[in-house]
Amino acid sequence: MLPYLRLGPFLLPLASLSLLIGVWFGSWIAEKRALRIGIKSDLISNLIFIGLIAGLIGARAAYAARFINAYISNPLSLFALTPETLSIPEGLMIGLFAAFLYGQRKKLGVRLALDALAPALAVFLVFQGLAHLLSGDAFGIPSDTLWSIYLWNEYRHPTQIYETLLAIIILFIILKYPLKPGSGRSFWLVIALSSASRLFIEAFRGDSTIWSGFRVSQIIALMVLAASLWMLYTWIDSTDEEKKGVSL
Amino acid sequence: MATINLSRDSRRWIVYSVIILVVGIMWIFVSRVPVGNSVEAVPPSAPREGFIAPDFTLDLAGGGEVTLSELRGKVVLVNFWASWCPPCREEMPAIEKIYNAFEPLGLVVLAVNVTNQDSEAAAIAFAKVFGLTFPIPLDRKGDVGARYQLRGLPSSYFIDRNGTIHSVVVGGPMAEALIQSKIENLLKESE
Repeated sequence: MLPYLRLGPFLLPLASLSLLIGVWFGSWIAEKRALRIGIKSDLISNLIFIGLIAGLIGARAAYAARFINAYISNPLSLFALTPETLSIPEGLMIGLFAAFLYGQRKKLGVRLALDALAPALAVFLVFQGLAHLLSGDAFGIPSDTLWSIYLWNEYRHPTQIYETLLAIIILFIILKYPLKPGSGRSFWLVIALSSASRLFIEAFRGDSTIWSGFRVSQIIALMVLAASLWMLYTWIDSTDEEKKGVSL
Repeated sequence: MATINLSRDSRRWIVYSVIILVVGIMWIFVSRVPVGNSVEAVPPSAPREGFIAPDFTLDLAGGGEVTLSELRGKVVLVNFWASWCPPCREEMPAIEKIYNAFEPLGLVVLAVNVTNQDSEAAAIAFAKVFGLTFPIPLDRKGDVGARYQLRGLPSSYFIDRNGTIHSVVVGGPMAEALIQSKIENLLKESE
């Protein structure tokens, strides 16, 4: 675990840096993929950029709306560089919606766009695992296995390492064995594999939310897995329509 | 580049999917936690969200001592600082303002001075300059800082009425709205 690196008077948050590198590297790989499937690469990079900026603004606005009194008396705090005051679920929804609107305006085919974004998502998952390893988040249950790591005053399953390794395997699969270009199914393959990975790893997590003995994240991962398998199935025969230019 | 040729046979696809989902359901059952247990048998103390805040007893600047675990039932902000640290200086007035506003509602601020890297005289002078009214524990040996695995100054731990850490902010200065929102949230949660 190495959450911060001291550079003179500054503290560099390495986990956040890992996520940023994930976004950058993911965007780069998405552009390459876009060119290969016949989309202008700047369309994809703009889509990611707009989604990110809208997501960040939305996340801060949603947090401020929850604690409106705090922000009315200190409006400049809206611009504070603190990730602790971002509301991630709302930011994610707003970011996705903004990216959707941009794609619609540019008449970008949804399946083509998802195909281009699939490897970017797989790359991001690798860097998210590394970020968890650096920050000590997403930690495992206490364990006496040979490969356990000492974290938060206990020897624990190295769930962050499991997460990173599985994400690397997902990335390898998606790069080495892409599904039919333009079908959008590569995206659903990443979602299916990553939800299966979460379903497996969650059993070793020490920070799970438990509901009647069951881990909530496993149940959500199973539902996402079912939905993505369904999408993989239903999008098998729909590539011809896409090629004719069906847009969002 | 190789391409996966997925079968177009609907029945075979559905069978594979059902097998995958059934294995998933079995895994959920196998890895469930017995009712009444948490994932951690006894939540250990560690300096991160979701854990019990590591306990300490420290002398206070100006006399007396404070024990963190004796403050159960109150919302506690533990802030590690030093007089030579610029962001600590910047955020202290905001902490004092929030303390004055929320102390009657059950907020305690423990501004732990890392005295092993500072000096007692400098800490007391700092408190006078900023007119700080909350308790200032002195970590003379640095063992509380070590227990909290301090990575930088300032570091702040927002602790609920049960002694569990709800959020950690490393570095600063913290915006006033950040401090207020975290405190309001904790006070509201434990009402």
